[in-house]
Amino acid sequence: MTPMIAVADLWKVFGPRAERVPGSALADLPRAELRARTGCLAAVRDVSFEVRPGEVFVVMGLSGSGKSTLVRCLTRLIEPTSGEISIGGEPVRAMTPKRLRDLRRRQVAMVFQHFGLLPHRQVLDNVAYGLEIQGVTKAERHRKATEMLALVGLDGQEHHYPDQLSGGMQQRVGLARALATDPEVLLFDEPFSALDPLIRRDMQAEVRRLHAEVGKTLVFITHDLAEALTLGDRIAVLRDGELVQVGTPEELVGAPVDSYVADFVRDVPRSDVLTLRWIVRDPAPGELVEDVPLPHGTVIRDAVHRVMRAERPIQVVDGEKRLGVIDADQMLAALVSHHRQVPA
Amino acid sequence: MRSIRVAVAATLIVSLTACGGATSGAGEDKPSDGAKATVNLAINPWVGYEANAAVIAYILEKKMGYPVEKKELKEEIAWQGFETGEVDAIVENWGHPDLKKTYIEDKKVAVEVGPTGNDGIIGWYVPEWMTQQYPDITDYKNLNKYANLFKTSESKGKGQFLAGDPSFVTNDEALVTNLKLDYTVVYSGSEASIIKAAQQATAQKKPLLFYFYEPQWLFAKEKYVRVKLPTYTEGCDKDPKKVACDYPDYVLDKIASKKFADANSTAYQFIKNFKWTNDDQNIVSDYLTNQGMDDDQAAEKWVNEHEATWKPWVPA
Amino acid sequence: MSAPTLTRPGGRVLEKAAEADAPRRGGATRRRTAGTVLIVLAVVAYLVFRTDGAPDSDDAAAFRFFDSVRDWVDANRDTSPFFLYGINYVRLGVRLLVDVVQAGLYGLGFAGLVAAVSAIALVLAGWRTGLLAFLGFLAFGVLGLWDESVDTLVLTLSAVLLSVLIGVPLGVLAARVRWVGATLRPVLDVMQIMPTFAYLAPMTLLFLIGEPAAVIATMIYAVPATIRITALGISEVPPTAVEAATALGSTRWQLLSKVRLPMARTTLALAVNQTIMLALSMVVITALIDAPGLGQNIVNALERVNVGAAFNAGVAIVILAVVLDRITTNAARQTRIHHARRSRLIQTGIAIVVVIAAALVTINPESLPQWSAAAPVNDLVGWIELHWFDATEGIKNRVSEFLLNPLESVLVTTPWWLFVAAVAAFGTLVSGWRAALIAALSAAGIAGLGLWQHSMQTLATVLVAILLTMVIGVSVGVFCARHDRLATAVRPVLDAAQTMPSFVYLLPAVALFGNSRFTAIVAAIIFAVPPVVRLVERGVRDVPPTVVEAALSAGSTPRQLLWKVQLPMARGGLLLAANQGIVMVLAMVVVGGLVGAGALGYDVVAGFSQRELFGEGLAAGLAIVLLGILLDRLTQGFHDSKGPRR
Repeated sequence: MTPMIAVADLWKVFGPRAERVPGSALADLPRAELRARTGCLAAVRDVSFEVRPGEVFVVMGLSGSGKSTLVRCLTRLIEPTSGEISIGGEPVRAMTPKRLRDLRRRQVAMVFQHFGLLPHRQVLDNVAYGLEIQGVTKAERHRKATEMLALVGLDGQEHHYPDQLSGGMQQRVGLARALATDPEVLLFDEPFSALDPLIRRDMQAEVRRLHAEVGKTLVFITHDLAEALTLGDRIAVLRDGELVQVGTPEELVGAPVDSYVADFVRDVPRSDVLTLRWIVRDPAPGELVEDVPLPHGTVIRDAVHRVMRAERPIQVVDGEKRLGVIDADQMLAALVSHHRQVPA
Repeated sequence: MRSIRVAVAATLIVSLTACGGATSGAGEDKPSDGAKATVNLAINPWVGYEANAAVIAYILEKKMGYPVEKKELKEEIAWQGFETGEVDAIVENWGHPDLKKTYIEDKKVAVEVGPTGNDGIIGWYVPEWMTQQYPDITDYKNLNKYANLFKTSESKGKGQFLAGDPSFVTNDEALVTNLKLDYTVVYSGSEASIIKAAQQATAQKKPLLFYFYEPQWLFAKEKYVRVKLPTYTEGCDKDPKKVACDYPDYVLDKIASKKFADANSTAYQFIKNFKWTNDDQNIVSDYLTNQGMDDDQAAEKWVNEHEATWKPWVPA
Repeated sequence: MSAPTLTRPGGRVLEKAAEADAPRRGGATRRRTAGTVLIVLAVVAYLVFRTDGAPDSDDAAAFRFFDSVRDWVDANRDTSPFFLYGINYVRLGVRLLVDVVQAGLYGLGFAGLVAAVSAIALVLAGWRTGLLAFLGFLAFGVLGLWDESVDTLVLTLSAVLLSVLIGVPLGVLAARVRWVGATLRPVLDVMQIMPTFAYLAPMTLLFLIGEPAAVIATMIYAVPATIRITALGISEVPPTAVEAATALGSTRWQLLSKVRLPMARTTLALAVNQTIMLALSMVVITALIDAPGLGQNIVNALERVNVGAAFNAGVAIVILAVVLDRITTNAARQTRIHHARRSRLIQTGIAIVVVIAAALVTINPESLPQWSAAAPVNDLVGWIELHWFDATEGIKNRVSEFLLNPLESVLVTTPWWLFVAAVAAFGTLVSGWRAALIAALSAAGIAGLGLWQHSMQTLATVLVAILLTMVIGVSVGVFCARHDRLATAVRPVLDAAQTMPSFVYLLPAVALFGNSRFTAIVAAIIFAVPPVVRLVERGVRDVPPTVVEAALSAGSTPRQLLWKVQLPMARGGLLLAANQGIVMVLAMVVVGGLVGAGALGYDVVAGFSQRELFGEGLAAGLAIVLLGILLDRLTQGFHDSKGPRR
């Protein structure tokens, strides 16, 4: 299956004569030293990844890690310094301005942290903007926009102005605007970090629902690990512009590649994320087990009841293959272990 | 009328592009139908001029049915108006041989239309009381002796010589230098402020030496005495930097634009015929300055009382 | 790369400001010592090299050069292709514009125009403004100044149209294209410090006298504000909205027309407002080059020292200024409020019907009840002259004797090279070597123009005026900042004062002090004090309340609070006020040439009223510009704001 988005060896360096940095000896310098030596800031360093169609791909990192720059490079809102990007198999960096515009108009839409709504237009015309600049007739674009507003739960708000809506509602407008052009890919740049926690949770649910309904490819930028874990099929962790680890939430929590990632996921309740395969032990010779095994994909928390009530260890299987067994000891260890009391 | 002008201007731009450039007079042509075209009178900044213009405008408007537009312009700028078509006539011109050469001889946009009947005198004056107290002050040779009297806040420790409007043609600075007088020329900015200073000088017995001229209504009210400067001889003021002689006497005259003269309307003929005396002008100036009348009221009063004078000016 | 890419604005500017501030703190003591040494040096040098201050020759090389330029233009006006195909067409085009506007306004007739202006005010700015516009325009008829007011309006609108047509695109370019912005900035700087008077002579040279020259001069005066504020509005558009629209695939043009311009519309309305106010004040001055309208009445009245007649015209100008200002500011405010479209349409429809109906009615404005302030004002002036003469004369003589004359004689007897050196040295100390270099070059340029004495006289007058302006402005400003009730009372007065064209300020000065340099100083003070008060008040009020609280809790008396905390911390505001004030004062002192202030202003007026003096007048205009640059640069180091002035 061809990836929806493929990024290879992507660099974005800000500063004077930025193009000399990638591929030279300078590229290996740490960020601060590069800055001191050349005045250049490497926001994205040699990043490669692929996003599969229909996948929710989350890019996570602290502020200043280059994640917003990375997502903007995808449609060249920020011009990359070097590397390859392709969307739907087509190389983006080779596109003419006209083709690039077309890509932005029809294939890739974006939702922004600060909404980016046009305050002088009513909600309806904000949503219809993308269609308007494509030359769609007024009646048609208004019909489509109304439909989108209904989809995000904003029926009846068409003729309000953005500043008359709450933040959450404004971001729904932003979402509707992105959906209105029926793109294949949606890019989210920290869309919910400006919202209150309760509203944020609503909106996350909304995104999950929409993803289930419309089935688009989503690239989602966030600095919030919980959000990443809730939404992401796969998560990429970015640090100082470099990709540290790409993997499923489970892989990140269960097998962080370095202390940076480990530190990141330290506060995550492991039992909520990890599946049984992460805590199985080999059965002792001749050990008796329960009759009904557990599938290895079961999240630990969901197995608590059974394991704790069982009289004997329970087998964990991957189809026919036996992975091992678990009992209350493993369970308890997994449930308490996520809080390291002593700093590493 | 205005829409006609717009249309004319628009077509002009188009047609001129076709046939090679726009000249400075372009766009100023008046519609040449039989109607009486507006007469544009320049108004120079002294009241005597205004008196001439008031009477001329009044008769043109009320007795002859011409629309008149008055334009407040300094002398030099009024002459420029002949070239642009903004001005049809200047009705009290003080000499200006250089302007005559430029606009009448070289550019051929203006013509002389004869004297106004007024004789112009320019000179240095002191209030009468000073001549009683300092009898020899009326000779320029003695001015240095009295320089201290004329000191003011503006005169930099020397005596003050008060001049008028920047647009008046004067030789005063050159005279002060060339006659080695211990004076500074200070510009009051306008005729009215000289008059005010002169009146104060008389009323409060303050010393004042100033630039002044006739015809001038003030002379009918108060006495001012002219200071004798070296006598004017033909050509002694030729080099403006070396002038060391008094001002010449002027025969004041009228100037019209070539276009206005060539049309030879009754308005032009009337202006050509206009001629009156210094006394006539002083009466109207007095109305304007001291009787609180505006141009039309002053002119109306004079016109009603002097029918015999102006009747002959109007062409039959 | 031609697809719109986004850059992050702001970063550079901050960095620069930080840089500029850094060295100042450290070297304070060193600078003070250097300053003392320089002052001593300058005094010694002055005492050694003092000249006798011989008057300027009236035949400097510069004058002859300008005369020869004039002669060339005169000779070639109708033959040179530069004029035939260039300048003269500009003149014709502008005349056409003026004629169209004029035909439009006069075509409506008295009733029609009153109705139209009221209707526009009503629809754009609400019923209060509509009523104000209605009464204001009726007042022109009542004052017997209808035609003059309409003429002034015609010229103002024409100049504003031109300014907007030229200024808005340039402003957009300046904000969007880096090199355009960088090129325009110094040009606009110079244009904005150029006193109005300096434009007039070159205008008559190129465009002759009359409406076109007046409109173009006005446009040149007003367009920097249009460009600056437009650029500001465009660059202030939130980058997030632009980015979102870009991400949806907008073209450059779509970004401009659908995002940037509509989002900047409040600022654009402000730009139009400022353009109108500036244009109005300039249009009045262009009466000197034969522009019709209220300015003619004022020039006329000044020449006749008829304060009453000028007062009427002044009132009409102020009314026009207030009406135009209110319409545009309120319209700008309304752009922020969302109206139901339908009610707006209905309003507009009704307004159009009413205007058409009114246009068909013929009312002669002269048939209105007439009222004039001339007689009472002249009586008042007469009374003042009679009773206050000793006081006003005393003040005038005192200031002239103890401030103006000593300063002037020092400046006038300073050899030009010493002055240039002093400017360079003190400039470096205050504003850095770059500003000092420009200032010193300007000073040298003035010397080269052959108008040294006159320039120094003007400078002396300007310095005295700015000193008095600052003393008055700072006291009032501080007072206002500390007394809320006073501030509320003073604010509308300041508002009104800032909408009035500068010319009007000559009137009270002339009424009180006759014709002298001091008159120009008084007019300049009246002109420049309001903005100074404003800036000072804001500076003092901007001192963080926490600091004030801390000082109070440490037991400061109000006086200590003022001198040790508020004033030092409001330094930026004070210095900005000085910089702005000095430019305004210069402009006004020069106009004072009309009322006996002499020197450069007089030269300019004489220059365009006397042929032999043309070259000198043009040189004087240039000297004024150089003097403006000099003063601005020397005080520029005080602050680093590049925002729109005025």
